[in-house]
Amino acid sequence: MDSMALRLQQVSRSFGDGNAATRALDGISLDIHSGEVTGLIGPDGAGKTTLMRLCATLLAPDQGSVEVLGIDALADPIAVQSRIGYMPQRFGLYEDLTVQENLDLYADLQGLAVARRVTRYRELMEMTGLSPFTGRLAGKLSGGMKQKLGLACALLREPELLLLDEATVGVDPVSRRELWQIVYRQVREYGMSVLLSTAYLDEAERCDRVALLHQGRLLGMDRPAAFSAPLDGDCYRLDIPNGVSARRLQRRLQEHPSIADALIEGETLRVVTWPGQAPTPDLLAPEFTALAFTPLAPRFEDAFIRLLRRPEEKPTQLPSLKQTGTPAAQDIVIRAEHLERRFGDFLAVKGISFAVRRGEIFGLLGANGAGKSTTFRMLCGLLPVSSGHVSVAGHDLRHAAASARQRLGYMAQRFSLYGNLTVQQNLRFFSASYGLRGARQRERIDWALQNFELRPFAGHKAIDLSLGYKQRLAFAAALMHEPEILFLDEPTSGVDPIARREFWARTNALAEAGITILVTTHFMEEANYCDKLVIMAEGDILAEGTPAQIKQQARSPQHPNPSMEDAFITLIEGHEVAA
Amino acid sequence: MSRRLADSRRRLRGMVRKEWLQIWRDPSSIAIAFVLPVILLFLFGYGVSLDAKDIRLGLVVEQMDSDSRNFAESFGRSDYFMPRYFSDIREAEQALTERRLDGIVWLRHDFSQRLLQPSPAAIAVRVNGVDANEARITAGYIQGVWFGWLEKYAREHGRELDTPVQLQQRVWFNSAVISRHYLVPGLIAIIMTLIGSLLTSMVIAREWERGTMEAMMATPLRIPEVLAGKLIPYFVLGMAGMLFTVVLAKGLFAVPLRGSFGALLLSGALFMLVALAMGLLISIIAKNQFVAGQIAIIVTFLPAFILSGFIFDIGSMPAPIQLITHLVPARYFVAILQTLFLAGDIWPVILPNLGAMALMLLVFMMIIRRKAHKRIA
Repeated sequence: MDSMALRLQQVSRSFGDGNAATRALDGISLDIHSGEVTGLIGPDGAGKTTLMRLCATLLAPDQGSVEVLGIDALADPIAVQSRIGYMPQRFGLYEDLTVQENLDLYADLQGLAVARRVTRYRELMEMTGLSPFTGRLAGKLSGGMKQKLGLACALLREPELLLLDEATVGVDPVSRRELWQIVYRQVREYGMSVLLSTAYLDEAERCDRVALLHQGRLLGMDRPAAFSAPLDGDCYRLDIPNGVSARRLQRRLQEHPSIADALIEGETLRVVTWPGQAPTPDLLAPEFTALAFTPLAPRFEDAFIRLLRRPEEKPTQLPSLKQTGTPAAQDIVIRAEHLERRFGDFLAVKGISFAVRRGEIFGLLGANGAGKSTTFRMLCGLLPVSSGHVSVAGHDLRHAAASARQRLGYMAQRFSLYGNLTVQQNLRFFSASYGLRGARQRERIDWALQNFELRPFAGHKAIDLSLGYKQRLAFAAALMHEPEILFLDEPTSGVDPIARREFWARTNALAEAGITILVTTHFMEEANYCDKLVIMAEGDILAEGTPAQIKQQARSPQHPNPSMEDAFITLIEGHEVAA
Repeated sequence: MSRRLADSRRRLRGMVRKEWLQIWRDPSSIAIAFVLPVILLFLFGYGVSLDAKDIRLGLVVEQMDSDSRNFAESFGRSDYFMPRYFSDIREAEQALTERRLDGIVWLRHDFSQRLLQPSPAAIAVRVNGVDANEARITAGYIQGVWFGWLEKYAREHGRELDTPVQLQQRVWFNSAVISRHYLVPGLIAIIMTLIGSLLTSMVIAREWERGTMEAMMATPLRIPEVLAGKLIPYFVLGMAGMLFTVVLAKGLFAVPLRGSFGALLLSGALFMLVALAMGLLISIIAKNQFVAGQIAIIVTFLPAFILSGFIFDIGSMPAPIQLITHLVPARYFVAILQTLFLAGDIWPVILPNLGAMALMLLVFMMIIRRKAHKRIA
C-alpha cells in the first residue's frame, strides 16, 4: 500500500455542459506503483491528457478521489506540485528564452536551492546533450532538443513523481530512445516514479507497467508481458510467396473469421488469430496454397488490437473504384528535382530529388520538422519553391490551370473539416468546390457515405465525430472528384490503431485501382505499407527505396533483422557522423 | 517561515525576470509602450485639431459706410478669419453652397440705422453646418467679434449697450483654447490602457496558447505570485510609457503642466493598476490572443477613447450614455489629467476621481482574487 505513487478511485471528469458534455474520463480506478515507469497508452481522445492534468492538480475531478504521493490532490494541490515534475504536451518551454533562462526560471519556480543549481544543471545538460546550446533560444532548437529541454526542466528538482504527457509524439526515434534512457536513469538513481502517456503502442514494451485507456475507460493495467501472454501461440509470421500481392493476401486473411489481425511487415505478414484458432495451410482459398506459418512471440500491439476488436466484426468496407490506368504502366507521375525551400535564412528543404510512379504508395518518413510538410506543399503548388523543379502529372502546379489541380486530391494535417457543418454538408461543400453538381454530386456523396461507412453519421456535426471518423470523412472529401493523385499529410497522427488499419486497407485499395498516393508519417512502422519511401531528416533525404532496401542498409551482425525504426536510427546516426 | 518567504521571493523574482526578458525580446511590447505614444502624439498633436482657424468668411456689405466698414474690418484683424467681400448675398450663398466659404456675415443696407436699437438684429449670419463642431465654433467666434465691436462702438458713442443679456466671457486655464493642450494629456490615459489591458491580456493569452501557462501552473507557484509576476513588469512598462508621453508632450507640444509631478505620478500609478486589473480579468476569460485582443479593444480601449471625455465632452452626451461613462475608469483619469495639466493641483477635483478609481480597483481585485485559480478548466 505504501508503495503507491498515485491512487485514483472512481474518477470521472466531463467537459462542456448539458447534452454537449463529453465524458473524458469515466470511473477510472488506478494505482501507480512507486519506483516504476508506467505507460498510459491510448489513442487521441482516450482521456490521457485529462488524467495527466488531474494528477498534476491542474484539473479537479467531477467525482472520485486523486491521491498523489499520499496527498489528497483536491485538498492540497500546492503540496502535490512541490513534489512532482510535469511536462505538458509541446513541452511548456518559453521559446523566446534561452536554454539557460528556461532552466533558471523553472529552478526558481520549483524552489531548487541556488547552491545545488550548478551541479544539477551540469548533470542534466550532459545527460541531454544540450551543454553546447545553453545560450541558444529554445525556439531555435530542433524538436528532439526541445523535448529534452522540457524534460530537463521537469527534472530539475528530482521530483518524486514525473508526469510526461505525450513526451515522445512526433519526435525522431533517436531522441525518443534517448528520452527513455534519461527517464530510466532517473528511476534508477533517485527511485523516481514515472507516468508517461503515449500514442505509440511500441513504447508500451519499454514500460514496467501499462495502463490501457480507451474512450475514457481503463481497459487494463498490468505488466506489458501480461497483456501479450494470452496471445502466446496465436501469432505467426507468414512469408509471402513469390508472385503473390502482399496487399491481396493481407486482405484475404483479414476477412477470415479465425484471424484477428494481419499486418504487412516488409516481405512478411504478421498474423494474429483469435484464441485457439490455429491457422492451417488450407486456411484460404486454393489460390494461396502451401502457406507456411512460423510462430512468433506476441507483441503488445497484437494484444491491444485483440482487446479492441470483436470476432464478429465485419472487415473494413473497401471503396468501390473505377480502375484508373494500369498499375503496371510504370510511368512517372511526380518528379522533384533539386527541390529547395528557404524561410529567411533557414533551409527547410535542402535540394532533394525523387520520382513517384503511377499506382505507387510513396511515403515521406521523418520526425516533426524534418521538412515533410514543406515538401508536400511545394508538390501541391501551395508553397512556391525557392529553387529546383517540380512536376506533377506533367504540370508545374504553380503555373498550371485549374484542370491540372482537378486531377489531385489533398488531405491536410488535422483534416481541415468544417466542424459546425454536418458530415453530409461537408461532403456537399467539398464536392461543390471541385465543381461537382446535380446528379453527379448526389451520386458521389452517396458513394462516400456508403463506402466510408459514414451513412449513420450523415446528420452529425463533424466536430462531434471521433478522430477516426473525422479521418474517414476527410479522406472521403479528398476523393469526391476521383483524383488520380492523392496527397495525404499525416493522415494517421493520433488516430487509434484500429482506425489506422482501416485507413491503410482503404489506401491499399486505392493504389490497387491505379491511384498514385503520396503520404507523410512519423510512425516508422507505417513505412511497411509503402511501395517506396524516402527517409527525411533536417530537410535532407537520408535514404530512398523499398522498405526492404532501406532496412537492408541497417543490417549488421548485431541486428540481423532490423526494424524500420532501427534502420532510421542507423541512418540518422550515420548522417550525424557525416555532418 | 523565512524559508517559505525566501522561496516565494525567488519564484516571484524568476517570474518577473522572465517577463522582462520576454518584453525585451518581443518588439511588439516595446512598440506599444514607446512607438505607439509617438504615433498617437503626432496624430493628435498635429493631425487632429478641434480648433477652427483661418475660417473662410464671406462679408456681404450692402451699404458701405464708416460703421459697416469699421465692423467688417474687425474680422480682418482677427487670426481666425480670412474674410472675402461680396456685394450680393446670393453670390455669397452660392459660394457657401459650393464650400468655398465656411460662413457668411450679412450687413444689410440699414446696418447703421439698426445699430444700438433693440432688435431686430443688424447682422445675419450663415454657417456651413456640415461639420457641426466647426459650425458651432465659427458661429461662436463671429458672435465674439460682433459683441466686442458693439461694446467698443457703444463706448465710443457714449451710450449704454442695449442688449438683453450682457455676456462677459473669459476662458480660464486654456485661455487660447488650444485643443492640443487638453487632447495630449488625455492621450496618457489611452496609452496606459493599451499597455495595461490590451498588452497584458494578450501576453497572458499567448502563454495559454503556447502551453507555457500549463507548465507554470503545475509548479508550486501561488496565485498571488502569478498575479504579481504579471503586474510588476507591466506596471513599470506602463509608467515608463506615461513618463515618456509626458516628456514628449511638454517638449514637443509645449503643453503646460501646472499641477505637481507627484500628483501626476500618484494618479497615474493608480490608473495603471486599474488598467492592469482589467487586463488580468480579461485574461481569465480569454485564453487565446484573438479573443483577448477583441475583448480588450471593446471593453477597455474604445470606451477610454470615446467615453472618457478625452475627445468628446461627456456633458454633451445623452443622459444614459453619461451614466455609462461612470463605468469607464479612463473617465476619472482623463478628468484628473486635464486638471493637472491645465489648471493645477485642484484637490477637490482630483480626490473624488482618485476615489472612484480606487473603488474600481478594489472591485476588480476582489473579482480576480475569487476567479483566478490554478486549475486550467
